[in-house]
Amino acid sequence: MMTLKTTPLNAAHRAMGAKMVDFGGWDMPVNYGSQIEEHHQVRNDVGMFDVCHMRVVDAKGDGVRAFLRYLLANNADKITLPGKALYSAMLRPEGGVIDDLIIYFMTEQWFRIVVNAGTADKDIAWMKEQAAQHAPQLTITSRDDLAMVAIQGPNARAKVWEVLPQTKAATEGLVNFQAADCGDYFVARTGYTGEDGFEVMLPKPQVEAFWYALSKVGVKPIGLGARDTLRLEAGMNLYGQDMDETVGPLESGLAWTVDLKSERDFIGKVALLANPPTKKLVGLVLLDRGVLRGHQKVVTALGDGEITSGTFSPTLEKSIALARVPNGVQLGDAVHVVIRDKMLAAKVVKYPFARNGKAVVGL
Amino acid sequence: MSNPTNLKYTPSHEWARLEADGTVSVGITQHAQELLGDMVFVEAPAVGRTLAAAEECAVVESVKAAADVYAPIAGDVVATNGDLDGSPENINSDPYGAWIFRVQPANVADLDGLMDAAAYQTHVDSEAH
Repeated sequence: MMTLKTTPLNAAHRAMGAKMVDFGGWDMPVNYGSQIEEHHQVRNDVGMFDVCHMRVVDAKGDGVRAFLRYLLANNADKITLPGKALYSAMLRPEGGVIDDLIIYFMTEQWFRIVVNAGTADKDIAWMKEQAAQHAPQLTITSRDDLAMVAIQGPNARAKVWEVLPQTKAATEGLVNFQAADCGDYFVARTGYTGEDGFEVMLPKPQVEAFWYALSKVGVKPIGLGARDTLRLEAGMNLYGQDMDETVGPLESGLAWTVDLKSERDFIGKVALLANPPTKKLVGLVLLDRGVLRGHQKVVTALGDGEITSGTFSPTLEKSIALARVPNGVQLGDAVHVVIRDKMLAAKVVKYPFARNGKAVVGL
Repeated sequence: MSNPTNLKYTPSHEWARLEADGTVSVGITQHAQELLGDMVFVEAPAVGRTLAAAEECAVVESVKAAADVYAPIAGDVVATNGDLDGSPENINSDPYGAWIFRVQPANVADLDGLMDAAAYQTHVDSEAH
């Protein structure tokens, strides 16, 4: 049997009563009791997530911006305010998505990158390979010394300031998608829930004390189960489910992150221009009773599609999904989803489904 | 929560209870609901359907996953628990109260072929390893 990787918070999860699961080779908490209660806890108050399995990468050196401008589908030139973050896909030359990631502009010699856990090693190998060819002066460093905790919810920032008062001055002016480097603590106003909050990167030896300090001021631990329902309600893609190396960003709801208009060359651009998308990602709400799940077939008037992520939405109290369907399918269309032996009625809707504590109006 | 000793159990984590009127109520065990987590949808078999023993006949879905429910014994479905349509979470809060369907057993003695509470607990413990 393969040994599961653990984060520095493993003992804390067990002490807090977590149910642990194998998540892509990591021993992670799926919930600490009720997943639905954890979901509402984040939408209505504040919760914390162990995201130590995600990887922090620092790209440093002269010309780092120019390198990222070429490496990523989104344009690194969009971020000029120090600390500002940008979400982007990193593409294969053939146009498939290697990973989705966030870059933070710190200085013209330093960008910080946060990548997914399951793809971290291949991402870093790819970045180093590209840097060797196009920007050999850069150093690409995997920050295995750093831990990361996400604190999310309307009261998240206040709770972080209660625990880390020394960071308040530097972080209270942060706009959404902006970070501040506060010595040991790198505090970013980002997240994966559709709520306000911070993601805090800090040295691994300090993370357990930080976790317990947050708990002491009332921040509840939240498992991966609620993390998935929160991100899906917020209309955020999950790598490996909603996109991967076999599909392009334009068929994955990521057109807004791909800059095809400027003169800029980037890896994958030629392939994207040569292959206009035939499918697109849409939101679905199930009208009949049941639960939408990944890989269920979606039957539309224009041909079949497939659900990429589906769940029961605790905020809407309905089942929702992201689905890849033929390009001509329109908002409001009636479609059917094959669940077991039944054809259930669903409607194509705009997503996000929920954000900032509420269902998005018009569903 | 311990498993009630007046019920019978299956290896697939259903429980069966013989009611005073001779029908048998069926639900899923404490262990099953704990594995599945927050229940959000229950699909019971149609009333009148004839079930064979171990036939796949209902589905329970939690936020996390869908799971099939199998008939503990053969019989005709005589009732389903309508409360679970609006409150599937009753399975989490009261797994041995929240019956999913009732059958008129083909042969009530079939219940003797199921596990008692102690045997079921041994089965659960063995699955944990």
